[in-house]
Amino acid sequence: MAKNEIKPVKGLTYEEAFAELETIMSALESGEKPLDESMQLFERGQVLIKHCTDLLDNARLKVQALSSEVPADIEENE
Amino acid sequence: MEQLALFDASPRWTVSDLTRHLRLLLENDPELQGMWVQGEISNLVRAASGHIYFTLKDSGAALKCVMWKGEAAQLKFVPREGAAVEAHGRISIYEVSGQYQLYVDSLRPLGEGVLYQEFLRLKALLEAEGLFDPARKRPIPELPKRIGIVTSPTGAALRDMLKTLQRRMPLTEVVLSPSPVQGDEAPQALVRAIQALNESMPPDVILLGRGGGSIEDLWAFNDERLVRAVVASRAPVISGVGHETDFTLVDFAADLRAATPTAAAELATALTVLDLKQTLVESVRMLAESLMDLLDRQQTLLDGIQTGLRFYSPLRRIDIEQQRLDDFGRHGNALQAHRLELAGARLNGLQNRLAALNPQAVLERGYSLVTKDEKVVSSRSQVRAGDNLRVRVRDGSFDARVTGKG
Repeated sequence: MAKNEIKPVKGLTYEEAFAELETIMSALESGEKPLDESMQLFERGQVLIKHCTDLLDNARLKVQALSSEVPADIEENE
Repeated sequence: MEQLALFDASPRWTVSDLTRHLRLLLENDPELQGMWVQGEISNLVRAASGHIYFTLKDSGAALKCVMWKGEAAQLKFVPREGAAVEAHGRISIYEVSGQYQLYVDSLRPLGEGVLYQEFLRLKALLEAEGLFDPARKRPIPELPKRIGIVTSPTGAALRDMLKTLQRRMPLTEVVLSPSPVQGDEAPQALVRAIQALNESMPPDVILLGRGGGSIEDLWAFNDERLVRAVVASRAPVISGVGHETDFTLVDFAADLRAATPTAAAELATALTVLDLKQTLVESVRMLAESLMDLLDRQQTLLDGIQTGLRFYSPLRRIDIEQQRLDDFGRHGNALQAHRLELAGARLNGLQNRLAALNPQAVLERGYSLVTKDEKVVSSRSQVRAGDNLRVRVRDGSFDARVTGKG
């Protein structure tokens, strides 16, 4: 992750958010970042965790069909 | 005329002993303890107990059959009078009536035997080709982003799979590639559905399934073309066909075999949303911990620096200088006192000397001081006769006149 390329958390997929979380984690554990940056990373990490939790809590299965012969109600069969 | 019993060497049996002996004879013949018998069903009786009694017969003979409740409940078709069937079981004797009979554990329509032979032939063929080789099987991703489903859009299998996926891993994207799952056109349609999925929206794993049914219903899943399509699929395939007891050739070819469609959906979601949440909880803990560690380390560094700073601090220099100054001060004071003492002593001496020089003191001793016009007269040359002089004595002064120079 490039340092300056901080995307808004809202748009991240679970995988993206979690991957960034892991990067933050190892950066914090290495202890090589300046304190100010570490605090920012920590806050970003918390936001990412919240985002991931929200994604998990609100996830609905996304179903699409390759063929139009499929009845429209399959998604309601969840 | 009857033979004398005395010479009769034939063994004597009770009916029970004989019947038991016969039963054991039959039961010790492995040929008779697990075989298929073909025939037509007649005299079918379903007892209230759940057991089924019937007779299998062909043009030349009849065989009493019994199927116990447990096995009868497993039947996938309804046996009827006159139906041509194959019964699997063992031969034994019902001692109470002396009736030998077939104890049936499995019963199927006659055609199925042919299907089964075909199944075995094809299985051996494909196996020899290496299509079922475990080494060929690919791992199933733990956390697939996209799951492809190949099944009937209207079947219970689809509903079960979607329900399971929603419950376990709703972050997954599901792509349904619909196909009929039974009938003559099913194998080719299933093959196309798998190919279409791989080509248009390649999933990380494919679930290929259908719900339970008779062996004919599941037959499409023994089709050679479908087996080859499963092997050729770019995405790994999990099969979930029928029930636990059903094995199709697709099950052997699949990268992973699940007992049912629901089980297939479970195997495709090794990591569930609960696992992810658990990981997140752990992440929260670790994140806080790393930050605390970091802050602790920084604090320690800071403490160290503070100690160092105190050592090199200008304040400390000032303290030191102050102390030196104090020391100097103390020393200086002593010196000064001494100096003052000396000065005092000198002053005293001077004072005494000065006192000694005080003209008044001379006057006290009886001497006089003579001045003329405010000047001390210390030589006779300074005066002439007739000069007025002033004389100072101890207690004052008076005027005098020079009368002569003597």
